[in-house]
Amino acid sequence: MIIGRVIDELVSTQKGEYFHGQKLLLVQPLDLNETDMDEAVLAIDGADAGIGDRVLLVQDGFAAMHVLGQFQVPVDAAVIGVIDQIDFFDRQN
Amino acid sequence: MKLARVVGTVVSTVKDENMQGKKILLVRALDASGQVTGEPFVALDSVGAGVGEDVFYARGKEGSFPWHPQPVPSDASIVGILDPFNFPTRESHTGTEGTQK
Repeated sequence: MIIGRVIDELVSTQKGEYFHGQKLLLVQPLDLNETDMDEAVLAIDGADAGIGDRVLLVQDGFAAMHVLGQFQVPVDAAVIGVIDQIDFFDRQN
Repeated sequence: MKLARVVGTVVSTVKDENMQGKKILLVRALDASGQVTGEPFVALDSVGAGVGEDVFYARGKEGSFPWHPQPVPSDASIVGILDPFNFPTRESHTGTEGTQK
């Protein structure tokens, strides 16, 4: 999993039927000082996350399919948790 | 899934038989604000996307799942078309660049 922030919720009327009823969240991966990192990812919402939330993002089809409850469907990313707090103890100091 | 814009089409008649009857599109990655970035690459279409449309696609082994259980050898397949107003700052794009023969 990686840490990301939900930056948008995208609307798609014409899509695979396995997406029906799913919220599509645009998630920007973040590094630990919350600066943007890598490309934004479109993920199905498995945690009722909203725009601005920091979230746990999984980028594997099998994991995303668990969220959907359907298998062999072309879904490869899902938000699986809303992050409340991150404590990071840097071992170097 | 990742965001992309359809920027062209590819025609291939001699190909893996499981690719028959499927539209092959040329796409470029979109960043979060709807601007195209990176080099064009090829994706298979499973939802009827056309040039100029913003889409999202599944990568890797999930690329063959739109046609499951048919073993389609695709690692990138378009699975949805974004409605036009998702990126408010984006000017309407007609995708009329030249075609390479």
